[in-house]
Amino acid sequence: MAIPDRLSDPVVVEGLFQVAAATALAAVVIGISSLRDLGLERELGGSFARGFVQVIAMGALIGVLFTIPLAYSGLLLAAMVCYAAWESRKRGDGVPHAFRISVLALGLGSAVVIVTMVAAGAIERTVRNLVPVGGMIIANAMKTNSLTLDRFQGEIESNREEIEAVLALGVPPERAISEFVTESVRASLIPVVDAMRTLGLVYIPGMMAGMILGGANPIYAAEYQFVIMGMIFAAGGLTSMTASLLLGRAAFTDAAQLRRFEATDPTLLGTVRAALDR
Amino acid sequence: MTNLCADELSYEAGGERILDRVSLDVASGETVAIVGPSGAGKSSLLRLLDRLDEPTGGTVYLDGTDYRTLPPETLRKRVGLVPQDPALRGGSVRENVTIGPRLRGKTVSEARLSELLDALALSGYADRDASELSGGEAQRVAIARTVVNEPDVLLLDEPTASLDSAAEAEVERLLADLLADGDLTVVLVTHDERQAERLADRVARLRDGRITDVGTPREVIA
Repeated sequence: MAIPDRLSDPVVVEGLFQVAAATALAAVVIGISSLRDLGLERELGGSFARGFVQVIAMGALIGVLFTIPLAYSGLLLAAMVCYAAWESRKRGDGVPHAFRISVLALGLGSAVVIVTMVAAGAIERTVRNLVPVGGMIIANAMKTNSLTLDRFQGEIESNREEIEAVLALGVPPERAISEFVTESVRASLIPVVDAMRTLGLVYIPGMMAGMILGGANPIYAAEYQFVIMGMIFAAGGLTSMTASLLLGRAAFTDAAQLRRFEATDPTLLGTVRAALDR
Repeated sequence: MTNLCADELSYEAGGERILDRVSLDVASGETVAIVGPSGAGKSSLLRLLDRLDEPTGGTVYLDGTDYRTLPPETLRKRVGLVPQDPALRGGSVRENVTIGPRLRGKTVSEARLSELLDALALSGYADRDASELSGGEAQRVAIARTVVNEPDVLLLDEPTASLDSAAEAEVERLLADLLADGDLTVVLVTHDERQAERLADRVARLRDGRITDVGTPREVIA
């Protein structure tokens, strides 16, 4: 079916009503944010609108995407990692090298898991399997990376005096911040760990439900769902640990001085300017 | 015994010049007080002396050795900074006092710990929760935390600024005892000129990032 035909499909029109209902709920959240002066309306509204536009665009193009040669799916996943890192870095605004660290952490965490699971046969060597499953792994790793950055920045900024007091005792930088790094990793893994703990009891993932409704053996569907969760768990863990290790190093100069986290211009132009200044 | 020499130290931050070619020679075992108004750059100077910030010009010599050639951990073990805010961590007084050696993989004997706590009027405090200490007690723990490293040079940043007068008198008395041996080379930053007069061998006045006067307390403090 061509894209214009897809758009005029009655089911798409029906879907718009469902989108309107979901949007109304999101609007309630944004309204409460405004009433309580939380100042999150722009971020919440912007991300909601962007998500809608992006997922519809992907829905329209996915058929075309699935026709690309398998070799290009690696490039596509690499581009996804870069974009995820670009978005994620904003959570650690002012943290030195947040983008570069995010690319490395997300790239390593996702690549290890995807390559291993392709080799194990859990992810088929087809574009239609590799791209969506890879994208899901990268997206979940991005959440963990964002939480790591956000927590790391908060921990270091709120404990700056304490860290410098310990540095002034001749303690190596990595030891001076180790408890704050550990806290960043722990906090970033809370969603993944809680999802694992409640898997099957509270959290019954859509993929497993869909497979069972589609006639798959429920035990196999559960096994496959566990594999998916395991991939998300491993990618998140590897990403968080890589990011925290690199962040711990980037926070200090060569002379073991704790860098100041200066807020930067998060736009592409601002990033290019900062890179040129450096 | 260590001689500390700041040579033409300059520091700029955020496009603003905080310190401008500050030179200061502190002889072995001498106590030099830095006085001056708020914003003169006193605390920035101490941070540079401990290399917590990087000078934008000049350097510091420790017994004639450029401090940039020393590993930062070695430098800061030899030159101990007691910050204005004690910034203690959660846990006991013992954990706070021994944090430096412990995080460097060393242990502090019970005898040494007791000796230090006694010297700073903290006998019996070892197992007290650091978060429950008064301002004066926390400041004394911060001093013990630095002194346990047995530094050659002690940098004190307004050690009594945030204390009430009784706690201030006690901390000052203990500091005077600590400095009386003359084993330590000391740079004391204080806004209290009388305190500088009581504790220091020499006083340097800092104004707008420059040293305007250096001499005996009597010469500098009118």
